[in-house]
Amino acid sequence: MIGNWIRTSLCALVISSGAAWAGENEEYIVVQSTTSTQNSGLLDAILPAFETQSGIDVRVVAVGTGQAIRNAQNGDGDVLLVHAKPAEEKFVADGWGVQRFDVMYNDFVLVGPGDDPAGIKGGQDIVAALSRLSQAQVPFASRGDDSGTHKAELRHWATAGVDVAEASGGWYRETGSGMGATLNVAAGMRAYALTDRATWISFGNKGDLQVLVEGDPRLFNQYGVILVSPEKHPGVKATQGQAFIDWLISDEGQAAIASYRRDGQQLFFPNAR
Amino acid sequence: MQDFAQEFMTALSLILSGDSELLNIVFLSLKVSLLAVFFGALVGMPLGAALAVGRFPGRRALIVLVNALMGLPPVVVGLCVYLMLSRSGPLGVLQLLYTPTAMIIAQFVLVTPIIAALTRQTVESLDAEYTEQLRSLGLSRLASVPVLLWDGRIALLTAFLAGFGRAIAEVGAVIIVGGNINHVTRVMTTTIALETSKGNLSLALALGVILIAIAIAVNAAVSLLARGAAPQRGELSHA
Repeated sequence: MIGNWIRTSLCALVISSGAAWAGENEEYIVVQSTTSTQNSGLLDAILPAFETQSGIDVRVVAVGTGQAIRNAQNGDGDVLLVHAKPAEEKFVADGWGVQRFDVMYNDFVLVGPGDDPAGIKGGQDIVAALSRLSQAQVPFASRGDDSGTHKAELRHWATAGVDVAEASGGWYRETGSGMGATLNVAAGMRAYALTDRATWISFGNKGDLQVLVEGDPRLFNQYGVILVSPEKHPGVKATQGQAFIDWLISDEGQAAIASYRRDGQQLFFPNAR
Repeated sequence: MQDFAQEFMTALSLILSGDSELLNIVFLSLKVSLLAVFFGALVGMPLGAALAVGRFPGRRALIVLVNALMGLPPVVVGLCVYLMLSRSGPLGVLQLLYTPTAMIIAQFVLVTPIIAALTRQTVESLDAEYTEQLRSLGLSRLASVPVLLWDGRIALLTAFLAGFGRAIAEVGAVIIVGGNINHVTRVMTTTIALETSKGNLSLALALGVILIAIAIAVNAAVSLLARGAAPQRGELSHA
């Protein structure tokens, strides 16, 4: 009897799932974005307003900026929302994207164990702090995944004149994964790490880690949004994608970004022009 | 970990109170993996049986290949399926990337070799047992495949369950081809990965316990099925 019931429900499951997907033809766009916008909860918080108003479902694929750009170049997304301005400008210059708009910014912070063995706490100069870390040879957890944060980190190491490739596997440890996963590693091995502030504030496993260096203008973190070129990829839903971009940089979208808070702190600061 | 108990109760009460978001995630996980295993069995079982009873050149090599494919890394399968289904890929026009269908395809690729290899093993021993009888009934080797599959159906449930276990547990393939899109392609394993990366370790672990409970429930259901079917076991010997 139970067997029969299970058999029947399995059959029903198989049949119903075909039907369920056939009916799923609502309007939607795919946004290739970064882990920071998703892990911080920003997109979950602001998207419903746009979706209700426009009737367009926004499907977010959150990966590192490098992978997001590659996916968009393959035509697997309608809109790109990332944070690596030089790479974004190249994306547009190479014809993959239509036009880039500033959306919002926040900043990167250098976090590390509370007892701070390298003694960089309270500093404001990111380059000096990184030099210090390389001299002290204390563990540093890097994204190592070609993400926006990773690109920014590598720029600062280069400015500091430190060859991290040489230290890789030693004190410099590349996790090759997202920001949260990297912070988990840093918490586990009491390592230093560079993170965007939004992910940091909303991260739930800080352990002994705390913010040690912040406030350097070079730690500025700008997000941009780009419509993937319908000329390169005719499948791109240009009208709907542009509608989303227009909303994001409109007063309403900008206000939604500004009003998103975690633990009373604003995570992203709108600056579309 | 002191707040694990609390998080677990939260997750459990979400399930029990019928939280639609979590239930949808659980339902999608089951749907994707069961369908992948269903189609995997449809292909893998006849394939495995044919490998067991067939006599053709290259059979040994094929068996070794199928056995080796049991260890396919999910992330590689995910990447290959992504490259096929990407708009720039050969099957891009189908627009299947970032849909549950893409996830079923990826898991199908993962589980079919497992089901085929385990079926081959089961059927081979049945074939050795019954081969004279089958020949005396005038059945050719290939014609005996359905008979052997039917007779071995209880043992073959293990192959089905092994495939299901692989499918429901993997994250590497579905996160690439599904994209872990909220309300569309987010399943248990990708949710766990996401919560882990948010640093919500207790919640992630609680969801993991629920995932294991679901796997146990499915296994229990299948073994009940098997018990219902058991009395007819061995009917071939009376044929």
